[in-house]
Amino acid sequence: MDASWLYMYMPIAGVDIFWPGLVLIGFSVGVIGGFFGMGGAWMVTPGLNILGFPMAFAIGTDIAHIAGKSMISTIRHSKFGNVDYKLGFVMIIGTMLGIECGAQMIMWLERIGQVGPVVRWVYVGFLLLIAIMVFADYAKAVSKKKLGVVDGEKGTEGFTWYKTLHKINIPPMVHFKISGIYCSAWLPMMVSFITGVLAGFLGIGGGLLRMPALIYFIGTPTHIAVGTDLFEVMISGLYGAFTYTLKGRIELVAVFVMLTGAAIGAQIGTVATKYAKGYGIRLAFGSAVLCCMISIILKQFKFETPAAVLILSTIGIICIYIMAIMFKGAAQELREKKNREQATVKV
Amino acid sequence: MKRIIYKWSGIWATIWMLLPSMVQASGDKATNIVVVADTRRVTGVMHYFANLYNTDIVMFAVWTVVLTAAMGCTLGFLMDFIMSRTGLDLKSRKIVEH
Repeated sequence: MDASWLYMYMPIAGVDIFWPGLVLIGFSVGVIGGFFGMGGAWMVTPGLNILGFPMAFAIGTDIAHIAGKSMISTIRHSKFGNVDYKLGFVMIIGTMLGIECGAQMIMWLERIGQVGPVVRWVYVGFLLLIAIMVFADYAKAVSKKKLGVVDGEKGTEGFTWYKTLHKINIPPMVHFKISGIYCSAWLPMMVSFITGVLAGFLGIGGGLLRMPALIYFIGTPTHIAVGTDLFEVMISGLYGAFTYTLKGRIELVAVFVMLTGAAIGAQIGTVATKYAKGYGIRLAFGSAVLCCMISIILKQFKFETPAAVLILSTIGIICIYIMAIMFKGAAQELREKKNREQATVKV
Repeated sequence: MKRIIYKWSGIWATIWMLLPSMVQASGDKATNIVVVADTRRVTGVMHYFANLYNTDIVMFAVWTVVLTAAMGCTLGFLMDFIMSRTGLDLKSRKIVEH
């Protein structure tokens, strides 16, 4: 049987790509990204690489795709009131500068032929760090809850590093109403610059790093961190797409194919946050990060097939988990709504 | 007051332009690796963009950003329209951490 129609020619990268794989990646990353508040490049870059894109093209294509996908998710999160635009705009300055620094480093690594291994090992280091932080935070929150310790309006929290950082009072001091925090404007700017450098270097929108940074270092509630981060990812993604295109490392056809899948996925992921608790989002995020890290290590040691199986299984399982939260929550909400309407009619 | 604003704008613009290269510890500037899009196997719009990539990369970059943003917006509002028909409350939520 001729399966050539399942392959699409990418004129810039010069490779034939299995296009249903692109749609599926777009959909899955839409679901996961909308739920965790990130672009999902940590899945897309290895995913595109597995499908046959060279690493440098995978990074550029991925960064443009996440810009479009984050736009779709931001529109939805914005309606929920999950986007702190003031905080987002303050962070843009640091993010932009940081991304450009990171992108310059990548071009240098490409010149000396080390782009693949270095990017992968830096990825692994940060993924491990984030996973440890998320699980340790959860363990601490559980033990504090057992002891009956409550940290203000947010309830029981594990790490509260942001409280120490809020004591930095270098002017201008700013009140971010939606996030409910008051701190020096330099804090979000510095956090966004550091995460921006890493984002540009790793070729991601930065959500993977910025989402936990917003929670642990700035003190934003999880749901608002998700929405605000997506807004940031959208802006930084568009900027990243521009700079990567100037460097010639983008495949526009693949971006559009992935966006069609992402449009549906992003709705599911975003609406699912309405039915999930903050720590539920954090734990699922930590698990995803851990599996992603293992798959990259496998790939580095040339275990290509197990790496592909692991990353695809992780994406699949998390997608099903998020879709289950969304559909279960939505069904319950519609049932309750129907019951209320019936009760009103009877009265 | 205007002079101060102009002065600070100038300083800020200079920092914006110079900081990436100052922070970068790589030394020499990267040599560009030339990638050429193969226009022989594509037709129509795809041929146009593949050709644009080869001839005018800046215009191609502008098109990339504009088209990505346009597609994101279009799909976002289209899906919003569809989701609003499901009967779900898509304008409020409770924040519960633990």
